[in-house]
Amino acid sequence: MAPAGKTVTAWLFGGGWIALLALPFVGPVRALQIALAVGIGGVALHAARRVPLGSLASGIRQTAFSGWSVAARHAALFLGAGLLVLLTLPLHANNYVIDVATTTLIYVILALGLNLVVGQTGLLHLGYVAFYGIGAYTYALLSAGAHASFWVGLPAAMAAAALFGLVLGFPVLRLRGDYLAIVTLGFGEVTRLVLRNWDEVTNGPNGILGIARPSLGGWVLDTPASFYYCVLVLALAALFAMRRVFQSRIGRAWVAIREDELAARTVGIDVARYKLLAFALGAAVAGLGGSVFAAKMTFVSPESFTFFESVIILCMVVLGGMGSLPGVVLGAAVITILPELLRGFSDYRMLIFGAAMVLMMVFRPQGLIGSRSLAYEYRRPAGRGVPPRSR
Amino acid sequence: MLVQQIINGLTLGSVYALIALGYTMVYGIIQLINFAHGEIYMIGAYAGIISLGLLTLLGVPPSLLPVSILVSFLAAGVVSAAYGVTVERLAYRPLRQAPRLSPLISAVGVSIFLQNFVMLSQGAGDLVFPLTFPSEGISFLDARITTLQIFILAVSVLLMAALTLFINRTRMGTAMRATSQDRVMAGLVGINVDRVIAVTFAIGSLLAAVAGVLVGVYYGLVNFSIGYVAGLKAFTAAVLGGIGSVPGAMLGGVLLGLLEALGAAYISSEYKDAFAFLVLIAVLIFRPQGLMGSADASGEKV
Repeated sequence: MAPAGKTVTAWLFGGGWIALLALPFVGPVRALQIALAVGIGGVALHAARRVPLGSLASGIRQTAFSGWSVAARHAALFLGAGLLVLLTLPLHANNYVIDVATTTLIYVILALGLNLVVGQTGLLHLGYVAFYGIGAYTYALLSAGAHASFWVGLPAAMAAAALFGLVLGFPVLRLRGDYLAIVTLGFGEVTRLVLRNWDEVTNGPNGILGIARPSLGGWVLDTPASFYYCVLVLALAALFAMRRVFQSRIGRAWVAIREDELAARTVGIDVARYKLLAFALGAAVAGLGGSVFAAKMTFVSPESFTFFESVIILCMVVLGGMGSLPGVVLGAAVITILPELLRGFSDYRMLIFGAAMVLMMVFRPQGLIGSRSLAYEYRRPAGRGVPPRSR
Repeated sequence: MLVQQIINGLTLGSVYALIALGYTMVYGIIQLINFAHGEIYMIGAYAGIISLGLLTLLGVPPSLLPVSILVSFLAAGVVSAAYGVTVERLAYRPLRQAPRLSPLISAVGVSIFLQNFVMLSQGAGDLVFPLTFPSEGISFLDARITTLQIFILAVSVLLMAALTLFINRTRMGTAMRATSQDRVMAGLVGINVDRVIAVTFAIGSLLAAVAGVLVGVYYGLVNFSIGYVAGLKAFTAAVLGGIGSVPGAMLGGVLLGLLEALGAAYISSEYKDAFAFLVLIAVLIFRPQGLMGSADASGEKV
């Protein structure tokens, strides 16, 4: 560690530089505030580093997880408590809370699907929202146009999204990393432009109105609580399915492709097939999320499916920890609920998001709950997770 | 009609080319898609407006064209270059050894941050760019090219020529080419790689800032969200020409501008923005190395 005096100077200098950059945009008073905030914050952070937090944390971890059985018991307890809260939520919460919880669950579904592609298989997908939109519009058209039931629309939406996943997947199989990211991004934008401009089918920017809520037998799930339970069941089903798939041969093949595509091919994994499968399944889950979203809103318009939405879902996956199912659920919950709690700061929330994404990548690239498999499957002496894939 | 569209396309295309150069130079050196580059361009446009506001406060009216153009270019260039270098230092340099996904996500974060920073500090509405060019122009073949369009083309060509000379004739340019060929080797022969990367970001940002001012004057309005679409289009241009190739970015930018202008005029103006993406997807699938990229490098990039 650098000597304290040097670090303090560096932080103060950094604060001054940032303030200088901000000066033309925010004026002198704010710039001075920014300089002070960065300088003092940095020095405080530096001082806090002296406190041996690391050993404290490892001490707690050792006592809590010394034996696997204890850890498993803890996990079961945690899971049970979580489920109890989720199941009884509508009994003691008002409609606003139930509504936020339902939205959170929809995002959990979406984040799970994207995690399959990005976290598990390592394909950076920036056009995920396209499949979400395709799913939503499929159910919207079936319901508003043909009065189809939700239970017909849901599989149809998933199938349509999966089909488009394959359509996108085929041509981009050869592309990797950034190139794949850009092509998927372009795909997402083209899809949104088609939704907005193909007036005869999608009703253009006005969107589609009058989408039916799901019903069971003759019982229409139109109260917030009943719809909440419906989404909860679907989200849990998605979570359970993900868990099963990830633990199967398919899930391990995906991890192998993520860690080293060449090695995966060498040990006989049909890389093209598994990548296509990841695209299709991820898209199908997005289609599921889309049809639930359409049923919740009873209205869809192209403006719900912007690139920004893709980025938010990606944030959930990254924040929680790519490849880790509890992490993804946590990430989706944090990013949906936090802005609701910070209503007063709603102007600043995207600013904070952006900064948090950078900080997360720099200081904790594995996310809040890093993928456990990442840690034990591949560890380099330098301990920086996966090595760079190029060359 | 056709000639007019070609003129419009060339004007827009030369601006795309200026932004595309930043993408391609950065990619050539550190294999990173600088997602925040579009935001650097937007920052440049705002810095131009702000500098003109200050100039008015000092008693110089924006109608004094040579002074205000020079000041806005300078201010935009300096501010954007400072932002570009800072972004590299804070968000990309710590991630140079990380998996390739990390800097990309970090770049998206920077992009969101800068957009919201400008939106919060300068407002979400459009700002008027307080520079107007004389409206006369030259008419020929039923088409008209305005003085502003001539100015944009001239500035772009001049900058591209200067950049080509810089890369091919100066010591720093040689160091940049060496670094893009093999970063480790360049470091071993005594090139300060960190500095080369910083200079690359500064130059790319400067070009984007000039493009931002030019577009601000051309359309008359600037908004905090202009960087996103412009960045995507410029990136498309860079990929079209062959990412990593400087002449490729110039060619790609001009081609994309022409394609868009002609596509909007003859096919559909509603899908104008989709052309760029469709072309991008087609290029990446059928000729991933781009028009002027070398074929042997494609294996590493795709």
